[in-house]
Amino acid sequence: MPDVLAPFQYDFMQRAFVVALVVGALCSSMGTYVVLRKLSFIGDGLAHASFAGIAIAYLRGANFYAGAAIATIVTALGIGFVHRRGKVSLDTSIGVLFTGAFALGVFLMSRAPRATVDLQSFLFGSILGVSAYDVAMVVGLALAVALAVAALWRPLLYTSFDPVVAQAAGIRAAFLDYALLVIIAMTIIVSLQAVGIVLVAALLVTPAAAASQLTKRFVPMMALSCAFGVFSSVGGLYASYELHASSGATIVLLATLVFFAALGFNAARRPRRAP
Amino acid sequence: MTGAVPAVEVHGLHVRYERVEALQGVDFDLPRGTALGIVGPNGSGKSTLLKAVAGLVQPAEGTVRVQGLPPRELPPGTIGYVPQVEDVDWQFPVSVRDVVTMGRYPRIRPFQRFSAHDHRAVARAIEALDLGAVANRHISELSGGQQQRVFVARAIAQEPLVLLLDEPTTGVDAATEESLLQLVRGLVADGLPVLMTTHDLDRAAEWFDRLIVVDRKILADGTPDEVLESGAYAGIREHTHTHGHRR
Repeated sequence: MPDVLAPFQYDFMQRAFVVALVVGALCSSMGTYVVLRKLSFIGDGLAHASFAGIAIAYLRGANFYAGAAIATIVTALGIGFVHRRGKVSLDTSIGVLFTGAFALGVFLMSRAPRATVDLQSFLFGSILGVSAYDVAMVVGLALAVALAVAALWRPLLYTSFDPVVAQAAGIRAAFLDYALLVIIAMTIIVSLQAVGIVLVAALLVTPAAAASQLTKRFVPMMALSCAFGVFSSVGGLYASYELHASSGATIVLLATLVFFAALGFNAARRPRRAP
Repeated sequence: MTGAVPAVEVHGLHVRYERVEALQGVDFDLPRGTALGIVGPNGSGKSTLLKAVAGLVQPAEGTVRVQGLPPRELPPGTIGYVPQVEDVDWQFPVSVRDVVTMGRYPRIRPFQRFSAHDHRAVARAIEALDLGAVANRHISELSGGQQQRVFVARAIAQEPLVLLLDEPTTGVDAATEESLLQLVRGLVADGLPVLMTTHDLDRAAEWFDRLIVVDRKILADGTPDEVLESGAYAGIREHTHTHGHRR
């Protein structure tokens, strides 16, 4: 077997690459809406909030995905509710709820014996440790998210661009806001194993931000973002194997490099302003 | 039956923002095939009245019915609305054609594809607003008049049953104003009811079949000539002038 394919001889690496591919594609596609709606902070917020659910599931011996999903979706809807009803700005609403949920997770974990070892894998991901069950969950959840977006992409685009006129035209803007929050929450749950709580927000924001440097149309932006996301996650996983480094961190670093390359390319192709 | 119901019915409408009462009991009907102009000083509640008809603000008292239903219960695509100031992100990755195409979105169900009729409606709207030459441009590359026309085109592409225009002629060039006038009169002739706010009294008779003067209440209602001759509008201007801003 040639050396370049060496990582693929292990079952755990094959599973890791499948998860990297799915997560890279899903996060970066959804990231297009996140970036256009200026919701970058929410990726961070919901990922941290998921920790409360993960902690409870872990301590009770319950299902990881169920715990993460309940905590994240409840927080997502809570953020939307506090923002809409409490007349609190969205970033303040996110800031209050995500730190609260994260603190609950840390509080519960800190009271449990022998918790510190696992804490590391939640915070920074454990893509090399995913089981066949994890792969099935990731693929299943990703398909559900993809189906939801395929159904709603047009009204989501309209309300992202011009929510007031969209609502006057009969598009249910409030429903779509909540639906998008739930979709983002599910995307984050899918990605937690790969890059962990601390870094998942980067995969949601950075590829889309890079794509926005290179195109002024929505569909090409989503396609480019998806390509950058897959390149970063699969390439980052491969590089982490060769470099003996943390896979989540390598993936995010590669995405960051892609962003700065796009920024540089955009700056270089624009004619300089006359002095 | 639908022929008997006015396109828009507003009865005893009160709208409050926090403590300010923006509208204090407004009544009017808008039949099909009628262009109704709304004039009034700044802060008179003109825009609020359009927003109430669009279902964007809820009445504190009174009722708004469009095609016999509360605005929020209407089938998607019924109301076409062009706000006074488009508060959008001009760097958003959409072309002129993309924005006009959005007009069809309320009428498209999930997973449904664009029909030949959808494509025709978009093409006709682009042509009607003379945007063909800039259809593939990014929205940030347009002049003010072109930007305004894009949002009117989007509303037209929607094929609404009621059209609401909030000061569409403010800040646009004379050619754009003239083409908007021709467009609106053509749509009204085809039976569309149009509700539009304006500052321009000089040409009210060309634009509208009926004119109402609003300053939280309706102060005058009739044909443009009747209303202008009644002096109701001049009266409130005088009043506002001598007594300063009432807030």
